[in-house]
Amino acid sequence: MRKFTLSLIAVVAINAAPLGLPDLQIPEANPQTPQKVELGKMLFFDPRFSADGTISCATCHDPDKAFTDQLPVSVGINGKKGTRNAPTVINAAYFSSQFWDGRVPTLAEQAKFPPINPVEGGLHSWDEVVAKIKADPNYVKLFTKVFGITKDEIDIDHFGFAIEAFERTIIMGDSRFDRYYFKGEKDALSEREKRGFALFLGKGRCVECHTISQNYALFTNDKFHNLGVGWKKIKDDLASILKAYEQRDKLHEEEAVLLNEKFSELGRYVVTKEIDDIGAFKTPTLRNIELTFPYMHDGSLQTLEEVIVWYNNGGRLSPTDDRSSFIDGGIRELNLTGEEIEDLVAFLKTLTSQSLKKDKK
Amino acid sequence: MNRRDFLATSAKLTALAVLPMNIVEVAAAKESDTFTFAFISDAHLQHIKGTRFVQNWDKGLKMAVAQCNLLDPKPDFIIFGGDLAQLGKKEELDHGAQILSALRAPVKMMLGEHDYYLDLGENWQKMFGDPYYSFDHKGVHFVVLNSILVDEEWINKWPTPMDRMQTMAGLDDPNGSPFMVGSRQREWLKKDLAKYSDDTPIVIFSHSPLQKIYKGWNFWTEDCEEIYKIVKRFKKVNVIYGHVHQIQYNKIGNIAFNSVISTAWPWPYPDSYAKAKRVVPKMTIKMNRADPFFERDATGWQFIDVHSGRVDVNYILPNNKNRTVRYNFKKNRPEDKDFQNCPQPPQIHY
Repeated sequence: MRKFTLSLIAVVAINAAPLGLPDLQIPEANPQTPQKVELGKMLFFDPRFSADGTISCATCHDPDKAFTDQLPVSVGINGKKGTRNAPTVINAAYFSSQFWDGRVPTLAEQAKFPPINPVEGGLHSWDEVVAKIKADPNYVKLFTKVFGITKDEIDIDHFGFAIEAFERTIIMGDSRFDRYYFKGEKDALSEREKRGFALFLGKGRCVECHTISQNYALFTNDKFHNLGVGWKKIKDDLASILKAYEQRDKLHEEEAVLLNEKFSELGRYVVTKEIDDIGAFKTPTLRNIELTFPYMHDGSLQTLEEVIVWYNNGGRLSPTDDRSSFIDGGIRELNLTGEEIEDLVAFLKTLTSQSLKKDKK
Repeated sequence: MNRRDFLATSAKLTALAVLPMNIVEVAAAKESDTFTFAFISDAHLQHIKGTRFVQNWDKGLKMAVAQCNLLDPKPDFIIFGGDLAQLGKKEELDHGAQILSALRAPVKMMLGEHDYYLDLGENWQKMFGDPYYSFDHKGVHFVVLNSILVDEEWINKWPTPMDRMQTMAGLDDPNGSPFMVGSRQREWLKKDLAKYSDDTPIVIFSHSPLQKIYKGWNFWTEDCEEIYKIVKRFKKVNVIYGHVHQIQYNKIGNIAFNSVISTAWPWPYPDSYAKAKRVVPKMTIKMNRADPFFERDATGWQFIDVHSGRVDVNYILPNNKNRTVRYNFKKNRPEDKDFQNCPQPPQIHY
């Protein structure tokens, strides 16, 4: 226990949390070292971990695009498309689960999967990933040094651990909202943005899931909710989709779900097998939301205005559209006016980190 | 989705407890005696104005319907247990009929007091037919009773139908009146049952409990003992009721009782109320206190397995651990083996 505490202190010193974010908890299983971060960074940008040598983590999590690809769904090898929107890496280190359906608990686990996803990296197995590491003397040198292991001991978990270490450094707070809320700079927000914030906390009910804590704000409750997004794709034949899902290739669970547009819409259900998780996806953070368009798990909403309209109509774009029968209890019509929608959007744009603003110029 | 998946959570935790059930089925029942129907109840759809309804209640019923449609194989039939409307309005009944029309199995309807006390069931009967009837299904005789009647004097004492409706709609209104089945229906029941042998399994659906649980909240049927007499000669009688919006089960003589829950909201157990001492059926292991931050908690619907003339009630509880109240043939009563062994005792304070 004592050892654990000490390692935490050491890491906090490395990564002093930016304004508006809590200290990062570092699990003992994968302590943070500068060398590991450096190795993770190399891996993150290295396209060799894909079948045709064109796709790296950074392809879909591009630092110039706030660590997203700004596409509705990501494009992998040979122009192949997936079924879900690439979430930003920024602040992902704080989340209690990864992927839209939360099927893995850590970034280290998460990082192992895209290289072997047939429409992302397209490699056939983790053995191929490890073989590529071992074929590069520089990687061998770094892995053995960073993890204190022999060449033979290098495995896919080390690949994940290194990338996780790097991704833990991609944490960004310090937005105008943070200066307003946590530093008390009253002029950091305009009147319109302040009205938007009041709506965020009140009539808009956004804060119920996009949470703000006393000393920090992650803008996510880390839970899974059905917002009605994607309902159209499954509503007419849900019973037969579930029946077909039962027959899926259980040895290749990940592919079976993600490559089938309809199975993909089952969301959290494929993890828990609970019927009330059908169509439920993880609450994403709202930090830097201005830059991480398009929105929702399938990238189906282009603008923040559209997103607010979706919520305003109780989980649909138009008040005459059919609503999902599985919709989360908290999703209901909000009766926001056009003016209020604009205020809310203005507020959301105050959540962009200062560092990203500079990068953009 | 097959029925096992519906209960995946409980099955995962108690795979062993599921096994003896199967053995009982094989030993005591022919394949043809075993079937499943679904039970959705107490939707309480509430009209606001125009085309607007209270969304929370709408969503509860819609979710139950959508989930029920995922049962594979399909249930033999679906019974709606009454209180489709909140205040008996035609708009509410129409709206409810529309939502229920999405169900993909035959639907049978029951009347609740919320459907009745505005126009004394006129609209309801036009839409859904007789409020009491019976039918046979796979060797079981099913009886639907209208158990929410009260005496004429009470019915006629109100200045307006809406006054009457509002009074009956309140849980705790001292101006209400105890429910009963009434002599006319009891006579009908005697005749209806006359042609069946003593070993025919009987399932009675009633909206109110057919037990005297707590009069103050009308968890009550005044003439229930009369009904017990009528069904006394049958070896296996099961009563399934709505109205109470909570899980209850009991056994009185030859009659096993199971309640079903509401798609709209849960009621507290009556013994949480200071004036009502020890009035929950004694076998019942209560539900946990509902999480007020999750609108659907402690609501849901159920599918019911009938085998060997007895019923197992499977409660599908959104965002919660599903529960199954099974008939224990050894102890000869319903019990919730999984839940009563739950390490966390249910919370009783409301």
